[in-house]
Amino acid sequence: MGGTMGEPAGGATAGIGDIQAGRLDAATLAANFADAHPPLTPAQAVVEANRCYFCHDAPCVEACPTGIDIPGFIRKISTGNLRGSAQTILEANIFGGSCARVCPTEELCEHACVHTAQESKPIQIGALQRHSVDWLMQRGITLFTRAAPTGRRVAVVGAGPAGLACAHALARHGHDVTVFEARPKPGGLNEYGIAAYKVPDEFAQREAAFILSIGGIGIEYGKVLGRDIALDSLRRDFDAVFLGMGQAGVRALGLAGESMHGVRDAIDFIAELRQAPKGHVAVGRRVVVIGGGNTAIDAATQARLLGAEDVTIVYRRGPEHMAATDKEQAWAQTHDVRIRHWAAPVRLIPGVGARGESVAGVEFARTVLDAAGGLALTGEQFVLRADMVLKAIGQSLAADAAAIPAVRGGRIVVDADRRTSLPDVYAGGDCVAGADLTVVAVQDGKLAAAAIHRQLTGGL
Amino acid sequence: MADLRTSFAGIASPNPFWLASAPPTDKAYNVARAFKAGWGGVVWKTLGEDPSIVNTASRYGAVSYNGVRIAGFSNIELITDRPLQVNLDEIKAIKRDWPDRAVVVSLMVPCTEASWQSILARVEATGCDGVELNFGCPHGMSERDMGAAVGQVPAYVEMVTRWCKQHTRMPVIVKLTPNVTDILAPAAAAQRGGADGVSLINTVTSITGVDLDLMAPEPVVDGKGTHGGYCGPAVKPIALRMVAEIARALPGLPLSGIGGVSTWRDAAEFIAMGAQNVQVCTAAMHHGFKIVEDMIDGLSNWMDGKGYRSVAAVSGRAVANFVHWNDLNLNYRIIAKIDQSLCIKCGLCHIGCEDTSHQAIAALRVDGQRRYEVIEAACVGCNLCYLACPVDGCITMVRQEGPGGVLTWEHHPNNPLRKEAAE
Repeated sequence: MGGTMGEPAGGATAGIGDIQAGRLDAATLAANFADAHPPLTPAQAVVEANRCYFCHDAPCVEACPTGIDIPGFIRKISTGNLRGSAQTILEANIFGGSCARVCPTEELCEHACVHTAQESKPIQIGALQRHSVDWLMQRGITLFTRAAPTGRRVAVVGAGPAGLACAHALARHGHDVTVFEARPKPGGLNEYGIAAYKVPDEFAQREAAFILSIGGIGIEYGKVLGRDIALDSLRRDFDAVFLGMGQAGVRALGLAGESMHGVRDAIDFIAELRQAPKGHVAVGRRVVVIGGGNTAIDAATQARLLGAEDVTIVYRRGPEHMAATDKEQAWAQTHDVRIRHWAAPVRLIPGVGARGESVAGVEFARTVLDAAGGLALTGEQFVLRADMVLKAIGQSLAADAAAIPAVRGGRIVVDADRRTSLPDVYAGGDCVAGADLTVVAVQDGKLAAAAIHRQLTGGL
Repeated sequence: MADLRTSFAGIASPNPFWLASAPPTDKAYNVARAFKAGWGGVVWKTLGEDPSIVNTASRYGAVSYNGVRIAGFSNIELITDRPLQVNLDEIKAIKRDWPDRAVVVSLMVPCTEASWQSILARVEATGCDGVELNFGCPHGMSERDMGAAVGQVPAYVEMVTRWCKQHTRMPVIVKLTPNVTDILAPAAAAQRGGADGVSLINTVTSITGVDLDLMAPEPVVDGKGTHGGYCGPAVKPIALRMVAEIARALPGLPLSGIGGVSTWRDAAEFIAMGAQNVQVCTAAMHHGFKIVEDMIDGLSNWMDGKGYRSVAAVSGRAVANFVHWNDLNLNYRIIAKIDQSLCIKCGLCHIGCEDTSHQAIAALRVDGQRRYEVIEAACVGCNLCYLACPVDGCITMVRQEGPGGVLTWEHHPNNPLRKEAAE
């Protein structure tokens, strides 16, 4: 393939800075951002549930980071015991509703499903899980109650999946939990960091309300660790602390002009799409997304759905290296997003548009693996015109290293119980090492809560 | 191409697939559609005396299993609810229009000779090929001393059969109820009475389910239910056994196999167990008459593959191998063998054996991977794992070297009443 695709090598061109809201009418936007995977009908759910073999030592359970008894909850769907089915799910994973929507099931439970081995057609475990949890939540049924108050107090930093999973489990044990959340709403990335069509209809808020309905959990919003609250004072004022503040920092490209109009963090773009009416969110006519994870996929696909005409994801390695699953990549491609591999950005090209200096394109260098397996730039370059560049090359722990427990590789170090280097401080979710998945964060919160409970009650 | 023409009780039909006496054969309209679809014969839904009976609304119940609808089916419908002459006129027209198909008429009238004599004369006038005596319906009519109330008393079966043979030249088929302890008793009674053949099974007395909101057995009629007659795929094993038992004990008595026949394979099994033909109802009620296409060419293709030229060549072929338990070889030994390359790791072989049987399949982890292995010394060759395994061919039962020869219970050392082998 040629180096430039016939496009100008930078400089101001017509249409530069073409970023605007309301490219599509309200009805089109509503259709574009509707539920990406509509729920199973009751009849579909029963047919699907009846396909399950009810395996012994089921591989799907082992593949689930929260260890949900998947054959157990599916059998209960087949018998019409939906309350029992939801209970089986939620006992293991209080975020069963959002995990059913956002888990990369094709790499976890459904990959392990024996039907995948037998016929390459796994049980739709995620869709069935959603069926049961939705059934319960739509009826306003609360399954969990608090044990008698223990008088012990635990601070949780972050109201995302890790923090709320931890808080919920502690509340069940009767402990009092105070959650400190930087944002104005609970839910973490479920509320701010995931494409709107994956969790439509305010699902993240409904789920958080469902979790908090157990009682015993207070949330203080607008509280950032290191700014409004300090770990030292939390340790002093509470019997234990759980850190689940995720990765609030955003990695920069390290190129000149990153603050230029039109260059934006993908995660902010995604958050805005979740908080503002879709018709109010501005998007470029030509959008380049840099990165290879689900954030890149969600930003690129949503840019297309907002009306961008041309959206390209550029990733510095090959498709097999992308953090986004094959299914996610295909999802973006189905929405007419182009994915270009083996190229790294080397220059942001400025242009002059209606609002002054504005990005006009990105120059990329083709990449290869060197003899040592590292990534190397080649001399071959190409330019993609863009009036909007979304950066999705990863997040980082925002906190001041001096103010938190020991960190390694940009993540807080924890043991199997999710205990940090400080004996009364635990951590989980994206701020610790491990796959950055909702379901992993929930398991972290669950394990930490169990350990905190043992610690607070003198158990082993 | 195999010859599917059959003759049962002296009645010829182009193929062995008849529709049983039931709702599908209640009217000329349905029967004409069936013949058009290819069915070889029908047994017209049971005629009775005027005034006609009255049927309920809510007549059928069913058992669905794991999402499969109508695995078992039940009805509380009685005999035809149309005037006798209407049926007779239609039967006559149908036989005239479809002379190559078998048209047999099912009958049920009170247990008096005059009643049978009277209706037989009118039925014979239609030109139909034979009659089938409904001694089987277990619900409703039996409360009026007909149907199963007759079929459950061998003396009545013999008596009525004899009356019918005296009062008609048509072949007389006796349809047997399975709701008896010993199916041979009514079968033998029919034979003594001169029956030209027996057909079985009629439906099994049943309650298909209970409506847990209404707290009433299904099908529910205005808050109440009554027992029905059970049929469909779920009853096939019961029917096969009864057919086979008659075939073994009363050789030469023509048999029409009924009970859950849904496919050509089911039909082949009944025929192998001694039937000359089969009768179908539930499968047609579930899927319509078109199913007969696959029945016909499926059976024909299977017969061609096996080199069977006619249905008669298949009929009864498995009867000799249907023996009493005491005749089974206790020296026969098989054990399970798992083809690891086909195993999908569902663990069903292990858990069934571990929880409920012989602890003969080990659940291992080899390099973290699940592996299920037969513990040969513990395996008794029961077939459970082979039956539970969802992958065809993954588990096979493999014959083992044993003591050799045949050792039956009669001669087994553990049998206190054993017969010493003759020297």
